[in-house]
This record gives sequence, structure tokens and C-alpha cells, in this order.
Amino acid sequence: MKGKAQPAEADVTDLPQIPIRKSVEAPPLKNEVAPAPANTPAHTGHGIARNPGMKLDIGFVESMRNVNRSALERRVQTMAKRRSIKGDNQAAWLLRALAVMDLTSLNSNDTDERIRRLCAKALQPLRRDISIGLGLGSTPVRPAAVCVYHPFVATAAQALKGSGIHVAAVSTAFPHGLAPLDTRLKEIEASVNDGADEIDVVIKRGLVYEAKWQELYDEIAAMRAACGNAHLKVILGTGDLATLRNVTLASMVAMMAGADFIKTSTGKESVNATLPVGLAMVRAIRAYFEETGYMIGFKPAGGISTAKAALDWLVLIKEELGRPWLEPELLRFGASSLLTDIERQLEHHVTGHYSANHRHALA
Amino acid sequence: MNILERFHAMEYGPAPESREEADLWLGSRDFSKSLYIAGEWRAASDGKTFETRDPATGKVLTKVSEASKADVDAAVAAAQKALPKWSASSGFDRAKVLYAIGRGMQRHQRLLAVLESVDNGKPIRESRDVDVPLAIRHFLYHAGWAQTLDKEFPDQKAVGVVGQIIPWNFPLLMLAWKIAPALAAGCTVVLKPAEFTPLTAILFAEICERAGVPKGVINIVPGGPETGEAIVNQPGIDKIAFTGSSEVGKIIRRETAGSGKKLSLELGGKSAFIVFEDADLDSAVEGLVDGIWFNQGQVCCAGSRLLVQESVADALIAKVKQRMSRLRVGAPLDKNTDIGPLVDKTQLERVKGLVSEGAAQGADCWQPDFTLPSSGYFVLPTLATGVSPSNILAQEEVFGPVLATMTFRNQDEAIEIANNTRYGLAASIWSENINVALHVAPQLKAGVVWINGTNMFDAACGFGGYRESGFGREGGREGMLEYLAPKAAPGAEIKPASKAGFQRQGDYDILSIDRTAKLFIGGKQVRPDGNYSFPVLDKKGKLAGESGQGNRKDIRDAVAAARACKAWGEATAYNRAQVLYYFAENLSGRAAEFAARLAQLTGAAPQAARAEVDLSIERLFYHAGMSDKFEGRVHQPPSRAVTLALNEPVGVLGVVPGDDAPLLGLISMVAPALAMGNTVVAVPSARSPLVATGLYEVIEYSDIPAGAINIVTGYPSELTAVLAKHDDVDGLWVVAEADTCTYAEVESVGNLKRVWTSNGRAIDWTSDAHNDTFLRRAVEIKNVWVPYGD
Repeated sequence: MKGKAQPAEADVTDLPQIPIRKSVEAPPLKNEVAPAPANTPAHTGHGIARNPGMKLDIGFVESMRNVNRSALERRVQTMAKRRSIKGDNQAAWLLRALAVMDLTSLNSNDTDERIRRLCAKALQPLRRDISIGLGLGSTPVRPAAVCVYHPFVATAAQALKGSGIHVAAVSTAFPHGLAPLDTRLKEIEASVNDGADEIDVVIKRGLVYEAKWQELYDEIAAMRAACGNAHLKVILGTGDLATLRNVTLASMVAMMAGADFIKTSTGKESVNATLPVGLAMVRAIRAYFEETGYMIGFKPAGGISTAKAALDWLVLIKEELGRPWLEPELLRFGASSLLTDIERQLEHHVTGHYSANHRHALA
Repeated sequence: MNILERFHAMEYGPAPESREEADLWLGSRDFSKSLYIAGEWRAASDGKTFETRDPATGKVLTKVSEASKADVDAAVAAAQKALPKWSASSGFDRAKVLYAIGRGMQRHQRLLAVLESVDNGKPIRESRDVDVPLAIRHFLYHAGWAQTLDKEFPDQKAVGVVGQIIPWNFPLLMLAWKIAPALAAGCTVVLKPAEFTPLTAILFAEICERAGVPKGVINIVPGGPETGEAIVNQPGIDKIAFTGSSEVGKIIRRETAGSGKKLSLELGGKSAFIVFEDADLDSAVEGLVDGIWFNQGQVCCAGSRLLVQESVADALIAKVKQRMSRLRVGAPLDKNTDIGPLVDKTQLERVKGLVSEGAAQGADCWQPDFTLPSSGYFVLPTLATGVSPSNILAQEEVFGPVLATMTFRNQDEAIEIANNTRYGLAASIWSENINVALHVAPQLKAGVVWINGTNMFDAACGFGGYRESGFGREGGREGMLEYLAPKAAPGAEIKPASKAGFQRQGDYDILSIDRTAKLFIGGKQVRPDGNYSFPVLDKKGKLAGESGQGNRKDIRDAVAAARACKAWGEATAYNRAQVLYYFAENLSGRAAEFAARLAQLTGAAPQAARAEVDLSIERLFYHAGMSDKFEGRVHQPPSRAVTLALNEPVGVLGVVPGDDAPLLGLISMVAPALAMGNTVVAVPSARSPLVATGLYEVIEYSDIPAGAINIVTGYPSELTAVLAKHDDVDGLWVVAEADTCTYAEVESVGNLKRVWTSNGRAIDWTSDAHNDTFLRRAVEIKNVWVPYGD
């Protein structure tokens, strides 16, 4: 036996929280995750080995077919109750949620000025007194990216220049993805040319229903090529895919085709990011990692608007993928109103007073 | 650590639940008076107390009164006094009390949860999210049964005063499982909480005081084994309900034998967790977390045997290890704790001992490498691989976080390994193929089967075991029956018969051609092993013929034949119905002959003898018709799942119908047993065996498969004893004098076979009242949970 119990001592009332360490022989997986360095700054650029993709392996895709919805639902229901984050840890975790945020505005009536405001908020997300109260000092904790439609990419790139905040563009006829492939690829190139270093593309959901995996693979691979150095986030439109099995299969094809991230939703479907969908996707990410050694990022988007919901998502990631995935290189929340709720909770943490929305600057 | 450091560390940190309110309650209460008897808080008559400890620290929480025999007697007297009024109260009145208890518990939900965790050591999120809500649900659910009792069970009444003994693993939940149905049925209760965990029962009694439970209806008597023994042997108690170890359950079976006490036992298990290659493996891993690491594995239905298909074994084991290393062992009141301490030092030593022994016997025992808290009864979760079926970890209930893993090649082997145990409480099946899951579920010897899930419970769905996991069910309609008894008065006492009574009194009555009545085993008429015969006399004492005298080897052969007859249990209900109808048809064709024989042997008037034959035919018809109507149910628990309550045959049944109405009695027991798919070994009346031997030919040409009915004539008291001691007999029904009935119950402990006796009383076979009783006893109810959704 490998475990060693410490000898019992009498009368210790305060039990220390047990640090969870992996046993030396615990994970007999093909690939090991190196723990994140202790002082990983909030932004390190795209600092992980990029997924080169792989040949479409239908056998591998199909081996992921067994997804039991009710079991996944039970898992996510209990997960939120099994983990509770309090006090300073909660503040730290909320800062983490902030740091992995893609601060987003995807409205049909967006203007350059509106996007400049959004970028200003990204550069200065927290009120000074809150930032001081949390003891952040000179360390900026900021959203990982600002996410906009193509016409505003240049504006955002200009506004965020030198900050380290990425500019993400939704692309490929977002949100439906039904323009001709050529048009969609050109849109990617245009956004990259305007300064986007992250491209959020949508898949044609119909290809999943038709099980046209090769066509789906080819389209995503072409998008990846069009991205060049920009990172590719593949939106599956999970609300449109109906089953967790479809979500899993589409996740596998997207990763094989070279996705850097897989992303749940456009925010425009009737059902957006749900925890069961997230669980199905992170398990696909885990399987891909175990098989290939490449770490794929995950971006839940749409409907994550409260600090509590953000914590639930962080717990899901930590439980299923582990600490290394809690970095902006591997995790993003697509969100707009979430930031204000996080600010309110952080203010409460600093002052002990419940806060109000109007006390925090608009995006 | 400052916030920025925590931002990088991303640890959960402690999230302690406050125990302030619980400490307040503990500190403000006088536990030297913690017996709740006749609505009063009393000290033990001999002033004794016992300590209850916090398993996370080993510290004494408080000292609780320990009920003596005198205290148990007082509690039973109080319960007896309260019984007439309570059982006669309207269903609505009892429903209101159950409702008030449930709501009262809801109002103190958190206090109950914290106390439970402090006393038992289970993680707070389990007591808060599982134990307490399920306990409340049980009371609210049973309020409805109280109100509909008269309509649903018109022939039944409250069984009376109930003695209940519960374990320490789910203290409040087990209390709810016991008390709620008893109150709904109109019973009054004397309940002993476990010695390790008396606290929530005491708080529960306080809630009952405020909920308007009449004095004496609920009595709580904390204590240890001696208190339990006093309850078991108290003559004023009409029923014992016990949850605990198989060892103690068997002692209780023996102690209560012949007392007429009704008995239900919910005992140990070694439940199989079967993972097929088409399972959602990640979800199966989470199922194991809920199955074997829930409540530190201190769960009677814990999925402690992992059976995994060879093709996915390596992948699954890798995932399990990975997941185990993410489990958090720690303080029970920390909301981030997955595994708390075991309940007591004795358990800790037992679990460690079994793991060492399993390793010594060749199992590869793996534990994640984290440090345990330095105090308290903590043990590391353990995964044992390479476990042979003969390894102690595959055989014995560990009652700790220890998972024994075995592999299988195909479905049949999975079923064979799963059933290779004396226990039969629960099982889990993991497969995304509904064909596989629903094919395997009925073949598992287990009272509860979860498909793609584990440890799901609900008050509406019965829970209880096959085999040595006990008998009786808790929850659902079947659970109510455990607290009910027939309204009909018992029959006259049966006088013991001596072998001398069979000696010839008068002349021979020579038949035209000599007939040799043999035994009927495996579809053949065979000579008795001992080659002895005994005389059969008519009513006047004249020799009417001779009958084969079966012995223990004949019973052995008959049981083997009954066990080997798979065809009958596998036949469709419609098919069984047709065969039984045909049996009736063929009997009807020889009605005159049977009537004449009955008249000759019993001295019945010709008309009465003919009436017995006609009623036998009618009864065969009834049970033929019931073959496909005495069916299971579908429950809808409060989750997206259906629960199929299947009526499954008990297996091999011994039936001993006694001397009265020798044809009708035999048919009244054999027919319901066969209708439900059991195979039967019958020991007919020794006074009139020639009635039964006359049936051989009828059976032979009624298309009944060989071995479905076996008949061994001989001396019933001797043969009943052999059946009782045979551990491959699943059930035994005996109508006989008191000693034989008692003996049958005592000797049934070998395999905890389901015994029903007439308790020394005669049965009025002409009444239809027993029909459904036997049908119910002819089945085991298996609850198959089928969660769904895609």
C-alpha cells in the first residue's frame, strides 16, 4: 500500500484541511499536466503548446459516444453542493473569474464609442478602493480578452494596445454560421488583419445532425488555417445540438481539426451554457489530452451572469480538469453582465456591506 | 496567504459549517434524562449512562441514559397503553401527526444535519443534502398511507407494538424508515437508536413532543446490545424491525422464533457495481464515488464489488485512481469534505484489518497518497484490484471505503459473479444499452437495482434484500405491509402427532390391485432413498395403503430438482397460467376419484369431500388467473426516473400444508407458489399422503415441467426440519404444531430463508382470505431504478 497514515494524536480539535495531492502512481494517463507555476501572471499571452490537430479519427470520436445525461446532471447538481468557497478564497476565486473573462459586447447596435467604453472597463475593471482593499497592489487583474464583432476589432485593438488584453472577434457569419465557406474564411482573415488575435467561429450545426464529420472537420481545419497565429475558439452552439452526445462528438471533431478552445454557445441560442453541457465538453477535453497530450481550452458563454454561477463553473473545471486549466490560456467565460456582479461581491468582501449595481462603473 | 496568493493557488480552503446551534442544544439539555417513555424524559432506572463521541476528534460529546431491561419494559407498557387509542384513531388524525412531524423536522433541518455529522462523522453535505431531506420525505410520504389505510388494506390492521433497532450509519434516516410506516399503520413504537449515534433520535423525540404525538406512541430508548436484547425478547412486542449486521439479524431470527413476533430484517450486503464496455465510464466513476465512498462506505448497499468488463477494465481503473486522488478527506463539518472519519475506533481497526488480510490474500491494494488528519478515526479510501472471488475483500462486508475489483468477459459471467454471494441487497448496472441493462437487472439476486446510478432512495420505492441481506421491505406499499397483520382471528391450535398415531388400528381394506405410492422428484416417481414405507389409515383406523417414507436425502434430491428446473421461472406468466388452468382441468376430470379418496382418508361426508375437490379446482383457477395479474408497479420517485417494482419468484419454496383438508391445503400453497414462478418441494399431510400421491399422474400430464413440483411424503415434522436447514431453499411455509413452526424459524437462519408459519394454528383452507397472503409471500419485490433522459 502506498498511503501513509500519520499516527493519531489525542485531542486535536481543529482539523486541518487536507491538501489533495496526486499519488505518484495515481494518474496512469498517457500525459501528465505540469502544475501551474506559483506566480503565473494573469496574462502570459498564448503560452501553451498549441494544438496542431490530428487526422480525423472516427473511431476515437465514436468511442466518446456513451454520454449518460442523467448521470451528468447528477454530477453537476452535487458538484456545486460538494464544494464551497468562502472568505478570502472566494474573493480570490472571483478575481480568477474576472481574469478568465472575455468581456463581450455582441449587440446589433454596437458602435465604436460603445466598444471603447467596453475596452476602458476591461483596462480598469475594479474600483480603486476595491483593488486596494483586496491587496492587489500593482498586479493588474483584468479580463483576458474583449470580444466584439468584426467591425469593431480595429477599435478594440487600438484601445487595448500594449495592455496584454486579447482582442477576440466573433466570426464566420456569427451566430448562425451559414454563409458560404469562402465568405466565412475571408471574414476570419479580415478580423486577423484588423488586429484580432483570437477568433471565435461557429460551426454549421446541421453538419452534426447529418453526422457529416469529415465536412465539419474540413471546415474547422480551414478556419484554423485562416486564423494563422490567432487562436481559434470553436463555438458548437450546444443549445442547438440538443443532446450531450452530439455536443461530445462535435467537441471531438473540433479538437481534432485544430481548435485551441471549444466554446459552448453564441449567447444567441435559447439555451446557452449549462453545467451538464460544460461537463460533457470538459470530459471530451480530458479524453483528447489523455490521447494526444495537448491541452485544449474551454469557453462557456451565455447565461453566466452571477458570481455564484462563475464559481460553479470554476469548481467544475477544477474537479474535472484540475488546477492547470484555471488559466486564461485554457479557460474563458464569455460574459457581459457577470463583471458587475463580481464587482459587487468583491466590494462586499472588502467592506462587509452589500453593494448596488450603480456603485460600479459601466462597461 | 493573501488574496493574490490565493488567486494563484486556487485551493478550496476550509468552509466550516457552524456547530454553534448544535453545541447550544448539547449544552442546554439534561442528557442524564434522555429516555423518552410515555411522553416523559426519564433517567435510566439503574442510573446508567453511556458516552457518545465525535468521531472526528474522539472527544466525548455527552453521556446519554442507557435503557435497562426495566426501562424497555416500561416503554413497552407505555406503547401497549397507547396502542388501542392510536390504532383506532382515524387515518386523517394519524396523517396530521405524520405531517406535523415532517414539517417539524423541516424547521430544524440544519440542526438535525449538524448533529448527525457531529455524532456520526459523516460529511455535512451528506447529512444536509441526503439524510435529513430523505427522512423528512419519509414522514410526509407516509401521512398519505395513514389516511388511505382502510381503503388500501381492508383486511389488515396494525400489527401492534413494534420494537425497532437501528444502526449508526444513517441514524435519523433509519429512524424515519422505521417510525413513519409504523405510525401510519397505527402501531406504537419502542425504538432503540444505535449506541454510537443516539443524538438525532433524542432531538427527534423533542420534535415529536411539539408535533402532538400522543404520549406512549413513540418511545425512544437509547442503549447498547443489552437494551436491544431486552427489546427482542420483550413478550409485549408484536413485531421487531431491525437494520444492522447479518450476524445480529440471525440472532434476532433465532431469538424471536416461535414467539409469533412479526419480523423484518435489513442486513448487510456486498453489492455488485457492474460496468459494461458500453457504459459512460466517466459517469460510472462518479457512480462509484456515490456508491462506495458515500458515508465512508459505511452503507449496507454500498457498491463494494466493482465488476468491470475486461475490454474497459484498464481505462476504468485509471479513471478511478485519478478520481480517488481528488477526494477530500477531512473534518465532517467542512462543506468541502468528501470522506469523513469512520464512526468509531472499532470500525477503523476492522476496516484496516480486512484490507491487510485482503492484501495478504493477493489483492493489490492501492490508496491515494494524502495525509490523514492527525486525530479521529480516519482511513484512506482503498482500491483493491486483482481480487479473486475467494478473497476476503470479495466475500465479506467491509463497511468502509474499500472497493474490490474483478473483471468479467461477458454478460453471463457478470451475472454469475454478481450473484456469487450470500448477500443480495443492491446492485448497479452501467451500460448505455437499455437492452443489456434491462436484461441483466432481473437476473441479479438483489432487492434494489440501479441502472446508470447508485444509492438512489425514495420513500415510495421499497428497499430491502434478497438472501442473507434480510427480508421485508421499507418504503412503498410493500413497506406498509410489514406493519400490518390480518384482521382474521387465528385458527385452533394444532396438536402434535406422534409416529405411534400412524399404527394400524383395524383390518386391512384390500384394494383390487396393490399400489405403491412413491415420491415425486424431478418429474419422476421414485422410491424413497431409505426404502421404508409407512402405513396410511382411513378415518376408521383401517389400513388404506402405504406411503413412501421420505428422508433427508429425498429432500436433498427434491431441492436439487427444484433448483435445476429453470424452465418454470423463465416461462411467461401467460404460459404458467395456461399450465395451471390445465392442471385444474385434469384434476376436474378425476374429481370423483379424489373425492372418494378424501372421504375414505378423512372420513368426510361424500358431499364435503366433493366440495373440497371443487374448491381445490377453483383455487387452482384463481391462482392460474393471478399468474399474470399479481404484478409489480411503477413508481415515480421525485427525480427524472421510473422505478420498476418487479414481483420476482422467491426461488425454491418448501411447503408443508398440514393435515386439514389435505387436497385443498396442498393446492392452496402450491398453486400461488407456482403461479409466481417458484419451484416447490411439498411435504403433504402424513395422515392423508395418498391424496398427494394421487396427484402425480395429474401433474405428469398437465405439462408442468419436471422439477417444478416435487412431493416428498413422510413425517412432516422431520422433513420440515430438513427443509429448514437446507441452505438452498429460499422460502418455507409451514402449517404445523407450534414446535415444528418454531423449529422451522430457528433453523432458517442458515441462509435466512423466508419462513412463514401458522404459528401452531390451523388454517381455514375454505377461506379465500389466505390467497393474497401466499401470493405476496411467493414473490420478492425488486425495485429497478431507471433514470432516463438524453
